[in-house]
Amino acid sequence: MDNSRSESFPLRRRRVVEALTQTRNDLLVIAGLGSTAWDITAAGDRDLNFPLWGAMGGAISMGLGLALAQPTKRVLVITGDGETLMGMGSLATVAMQAPQNLSICTLDNEHYGETGMQLTHTSAETDLAGVAAACGIKHSGTIRTEQELLTSLPQILEANGPVYYVIKVRAEKLDFVLPPKDGVHLKNRFRQALLGSDAIQ
Amino acid sequence: MEWWKQVYDALKQADVKQVAYVPDAGHAALISACLVDNDIQTIALTTEEEGIALLAGAWLGGVRGALLMQSSGVGNCINMLSLSHTCKFPIPIFVTMRGLWHEFNPWQNAMGQTTETALNTAGVQTLTATSPDEVGPLSHATLDQAYTGGGMSALLLHQRLMPVKTFGKGSPDDG
Repeated sequence: MDNSRSESFPLRRRRVVEALTQTRNDLLVIAGLGSTAWDITAAGDRDLNFPLWGAMGGAISMGLGLALAQPTKRVLVITGDGETLMGMGSLATVAMQAPQNLSICTLDNEHYGETGMQLTHTSAETDLAGVAAACGIKHSGTIRTEQELLTSLPQILEANGPVYYVIKVRAEKLDFVLPPKDGVHLKNRFRQALLGSDAIQ
Repeated sequence: MEWWKQVYDALKQADVKQVAYVPDAGHAALISACLVDNDIQTIALTTEEEGIALLAGAWLGGVRGALLMQSSGVGNCINMLSLSHTCKFPIPIFVTMRGLWHEFNPWQNAMGQTTETALNTAGVQTLTATSPDEVGPLSHATLDQAYTGGGMSALLLHQRLMPVKTFGKGSPDDG
């Protein structure tokens, strides 16, 4: 097992998230706990971001519930490889519901970034895009380069889904860019921005 | 009225639009009714904890949901309940109980007999229905506690409401 191959992956996670969210308009974004929550915040803390600080394994399911509730809005789940592995069954649940407006991107650095950079299963033989495809998710694939990222962006942001991509990113320790951690505040600001002021009465 | 129809009516009156479940024999009729209802999105889960996160997402999107599971599934939810605990997402759960009443399978006892304690410890209020005529009012109350009170609430549907399950070893109504 190669402990260090992901240290030389060309794509950098903050650049990837910037590319995914730069044209966002009313894109609804859920981020899994840890690095991806800091990444979406580094790209600009928004009311229509829901960064998780816990609930590991829940990001994809949360995105599914939101996508089914808001079928005319694009929902993008951005999460990590460890978080995806913990809720891998939710890929089967997504495939069964097949919401057209749901895209999921796993930023895969092959490590548990918040706990000391221990290797995850994707550093060995596990292929999460293969898992998603085998679950029956309509579009799935793996992105390793800037060119592949740019080519895939229209599909991630506009194609009839569900869409699932693994985006292989460099294993690196970056500065924390922390979103608000008050869960009620995160929930209320999201609902107010999406549904209007009456939603938080 | 059969007890499960009272749950279904309560879900409809509360404007529940997403019903997520891991199946249980006790919930079978209710799941079937939800599946043929075009106003309800009925979502099969691979594990119950998915449902906690799913309902949180639905609520972010302005839609009410409810979760159906067996008592054994409650144990699968514990850490995910921290999501609704921290963010105050309304989560109504309807739990068919095992391990409490003429239980044939001793493997059900460990979780069935600790379900209420586990839920309460995780911050979920529990109500228990032991007879069919209680199910309607308690279903309404459970949904109201979640959606008006803004909390996590569970209705425990006692094993007395279900046929005794004997795995083909002696009961005419083995389910």
